[in-house]
Amino acid sequence: MSTVAAKAPGAAGGGLEDVAASEASLRRFLHGLPGVDAVGLEARAATLGTRSIKTTAKAYAIDLAISMIDLTTLEGADTHGKVRGLCTKGRNPDPTDPTAPRVAAICVYPDMVATAKAALAGTDIQVASVATAFPAGRVALPVKLADTADAVAAGADEIDMVIDRGAFLSGRYLDVFNEIVAVKQACKRADGTSAHLKVIFETGELQTYDNVRRASWLGMLAGADFIKTSTGKVAVNATPPVTLLMLEAVRDFKQQTGVQIGVKPAGGIKTTKDAMKYLVMVNETLGDDWLSPHWFRFGASSLLNDLLMQRQKLTTGRYSGPDYVTVD
Amino acid sequence: MSETTLSVFKTYKLYVGGKFPRSESGRVYEVSDSKGQWLANAPLGTRKDTRDAVLAARAAVKGWAGTTAYNRGQVLYRIAEMLQGRREQFAAEVALAEGIGSKKAAALVDAAIDRWVWYAGWTDKVAQIAGSSNPVAGPFFNLSTPEPSGVIGVVAPQSGTGFSFLGLVSVIAPAIAAGNTVVVAAAADAPLPALSLGEVLATSDLPGGVVNLISGKTADIAPTLASHQDVNGLDLAGAIAAEGPGAAVELEVLAADTLKRVIRPAADQASLDWTNAPGTERLLSFLETKTVWHPMGI
Amino acid sequence: MAKNKQTEAPTPKAGLFSYAPAPESPAAAGEIATSYGHFIGGEFVDSSGSEALKTVNPATEQVLAEFAQGTDEDVERAVAAARKAFTDWSALPGSERAKYLFRIARIIQERSRELAVLESIDNGKPIRETRDVDLPLVAAHFFYYAGWADKLDFAGYGANPRPLGVAGQVIPWNFPLLMLAWKIAPALATGNTVVLKPAETTPLTALRFAEICRQAGLPKGVVNIVTGDGRTGAALTSHPDVNKVAFTGSTPVGRAIAKQLAGSRKKLSLELGGKAANIVFDDAPIDQAVEGIVNGIFFNQGHVCCAGSRLLVQESIQDELLDALKRRMGTLRVGDPLDKNTDIGAINSAAQLARITELSAAGEAEGAERWAPECELPGAGYWFRPTLFTGVSQAHRIAREEIFGPVLSVLTFRTPTEAVEKANNTPYGLSAGIWTEKGSRILWMANQLKAGVVWANTFNKFDPTSPFGGYKESGYGREGGRHGLEAYLDV
Repeated sequence: MSTVAAKAPGAAGGGLEDVAASEASLRRFLHGLPGVDAVGLEARAATLGTRSIKTTAKAYAIDLAISMIDLTTLEGADTHGKVRGLCTKGRNPDPTDPTAPRVAAICVYPDMVATAKAALAGTDIQVASVATAFPAGRVALPVKLADTADAVAAGADEIDMVIDRGAFLSGRYLDVFNEIVAVKQACKRADGTSAHLKVIFETGELQTYDNVRRASWLGMLAGADFIKTSTGKVAVNATPPVTLLMLEAVRDFKQQTGVQIGVKPAGGIKTTKDAMKYLVMVNETLGDDWLSPHWFRFGASSLLNDLLMQRQKLTTGRYSGPDYVTVD
Repeated sequence: MSETTLSVFKTYKLYVGGKFPRSESGRVYEVSDSKGQWLANAPLGTRKDTRDAVLAARAAVKGWAGTTAYNRGQVLYRIAEMLQGRREQFAAEVALAEGIGSKKAAALVDAAIDRWVWYAGWTDKVAQIAGSSNPVAGPFFNLSTPEPSGVIGVVAPQSGTGFSFLGLVSVIAPAIAAGNTVVVAAAADAPLPALSLGEVLATSDLPGGVVNLISGKTADIAPTLASHQDVNGLDLAGAIAAEGPGAAVELEVLAADTLKRVIRPAADQASLDWTNAPGTERLLSFLETKTVWHPMGI
Repeated sequence: MAKNKQTEAPTPKAGLFSYAPAPESPAAAGEIATSYGHFIGGEFVDSSGSEALKTVNPATEQVLAEFAQGTDEDVERAVAAARKAFTDWSALPGSERAKYLFRIARIIQERSRELAVLESIDNGKPIRETRDVDLPLVAAHFFYYAGWADKLDFAGYGANPRPLGVAGQVIPWNFPLLMLAWKIAPALATGNTVVLKPAETTPLTALRFAEICRQAGLPKGVVNIVTGDGRTGAALTSHPDVNKVAFTGSTPVGRAIAKQLAGSRKKLSLELGGKAANIVFDDAPIDQAVEGIVNGIFFNQGHVCCAGSRLLVQESIQDELLDALKRRMGTLRVGDPLDKNTDIGAINSAAQLARITELSAAGEAEGAERWAPECELPGAGYWFRPTLFTGVSQAHRIAREEIFGPVLSVLTFRTPTEAVEKANNTPYGLSAGIWTEKGSRILWMANQLKAGVVWANTFNKFDPTSPFGGYKESGYGREGGRHGLEAYLDV
């Protein structure tokens, strides 16, 4: 993921260097992006959802999906024990089958980062921490930055921040931009490396697809390494059309700037069938370049067990049941 | 001193593109009343005159179809007003053309005036009865609206009660009420009311070219209209049923080459009574239903 | 197949995640007999003649079945059966006719998988489309017109509008069952009886539909199916005891029928060819426009009369749009129609493939630049790559003639006025597309375009409630909606 680290925040290439020079120029740019026809976008996502993924393709996709999961627990009731259990699950998702791949990351609140980090020692599983007063983000900037810095100091490899949807919806794009730049700055470690920054738009609150496209570009311009749909804490979380739109945005951004950005749909992806649909969208919109945990993640919890049950079915030929996968 | 002075004859002319040209042929033909008495010389319109008329009609389509339906209604009503003022003149021409008494002729002219009024009221209602909002099974706004077909060739009625003027009005008015423009082959043996109508139209705010009136041999004019590639529809009201040039069958065959919309002639034209209520067939025949889809989404 | 040189497509590199074959089972199509006769008077009967035609699976070139070449005598029998049935059928209360149509709609829904597979096999179109588009629309069409049968007094054609009598209906091969539905449903709802001739390359679903009529208990002779080629069609449309002719197909044949019917009192409706402009402005929702362009020309292998075969793109976004379009075309999956992941199936017949090939060659010869994505085509069967021509002018044959295949001609424009002029500059007038985010421009364009269906920010959408049909040489009359009743009523 060094590609992204090499990029200075807010200094995208491709002639976009001055886009955030002022509120006016940023607004002009974002409002100059092509519009999104909601019905057409949804129809395309639905059509891709009809792809029939069978046999070898299904086996490949299941393992890929498992390896892309940010296995998540974000409850007020989270405990160190719960987090350690989740980490064990992430390291060895199917105790009956050591060939099952590991997940990409364990995603927790900042105060659980150290626990997760310790539990995952010796693996390449990342620790992702939500920050910036997740999920609402309604605190002052210094608090958000402190929240971020604290998670990074505790060992977080990745930071999942939320944008200020209030600022975005009231048209203060530059405030949103500057905040992302500041959080990105707070992701820096003493050794000069940096935690990976995922920017959550909470697309369910942005309401329109035009807003999602604008938010995507805003996030990418400001230095996001990943753009992420949702917190999982509102009524509407990741949907196929929203994710497809964000895939199109990272495709266009790469074409224009040469910089590749990752995408993470989160919330509401519960079944293997759901995951297949997302992977088909990645495959047919972006292709091989994004078909890895470096560039695509699922923010999910219950998805993993469904993938494991399907995996067992492929291996054994029998349908599995919930008693044959672990609840952690 | 004699009691009456010598009357001034009218030189009948074609009505094309809002102007009154003589036929390009420079020729006329004799028009007689029902008893064979000479009435006037009418211009002998040719294929070339017909072609010029189609050009004029085509040029007028955009403006006429594009004007508001309200405005078209105003213009049609204005035609009725102008006609009312020349009621007696038309009554006299109709009496001679159809060989009927002056009272009956006047009643037919009154009916023709009423017919203009009827169609004046239709212009802004056609779309409401011929259009529809379509509840498709999906997130789409879907609306069907009628649009005029374009240039319509009209073979004017040549027989039936009231054919010479009421019949003529009954085929022109619905076509233009809907926004089409017309080129009319006037009744060959009784063209004078048609040519006089041109004078009314010219003073009725009707844009030039919306109605074009050609007198002459139906066998020359009608096939030219039927085969013309820039004519969109054909009203064969007065086309003869017999075989041969200018007959309905031949015209329909010619019209098929460019798939013109065709109103076939009545099975028995001679027994037609043009005073009958017109209904909506002619009003709706030269319309194209256009259906527009648009997604509904945020 | 074309041997032109192909350039590399800017498509996403794909290979990691390649879809394994996901074939629908051909057995789901049900049993296909080795030979078929006609369906006349409620019975499957042999032809009076001995000539038999063969229908092949265009994806394999294997013969599926033989079927009868309908003779004049066969047509005579069918028309007589329809005439005989007309008396009772037209006298039946509308509410009873409605229930037969509802039954048919329901049986189609029940048997939709079978019919979808059979249609794919006989036609070559992908199962994804027969399953998700054709069959749902077929059932919906019967369902829609079923409801009209007892409400005709309210349709705007006066009180108690009367049926015409026997309808002779000739349909094309591109949407065999859907075109059957478009013809039969309104005809029956209004109280007519029908003799329908399916296309000679795709008779199987119509013959299967005959079975459905029997399952529904439809009175004998109300629906008659006579198979055969154009000779059978001509015998049907010219039959003196046919009161109504409905034809969907090419403009030359439609013209011939119109001539044939001149001087008769038969009512005629024609749904003919097209050369639709799909107009993309620089403020279009680009990703959806690309989908709309693809759907417009590659849906059903481009065998669509209303296909958006002329792409008119505003010069200022030409490069951007074409890059995106080529990238998208590179992801189209061409191949086995029964594979659930196939986007583009087989060309319907060798003859149609020859025509597409010939016109595409003409495009190159006239100087247009040809492009098609690399894709492997099966060995047997009739196939054509999704193809794009740039540098096309209005004078080129590929911009004027209906290709009826997966071939898109790209032209440019600078202003809305120029777009309208170019779009309307054709004897056809069936459909058009507009892509722009500006509402008032959509309405202005929609108003200016001479086309019976205008899709704005969408394309190739169909619905039984929505009237469909063309301006100018694309035919006359409308199918679908309240307007579709008029063609079958004596008004």
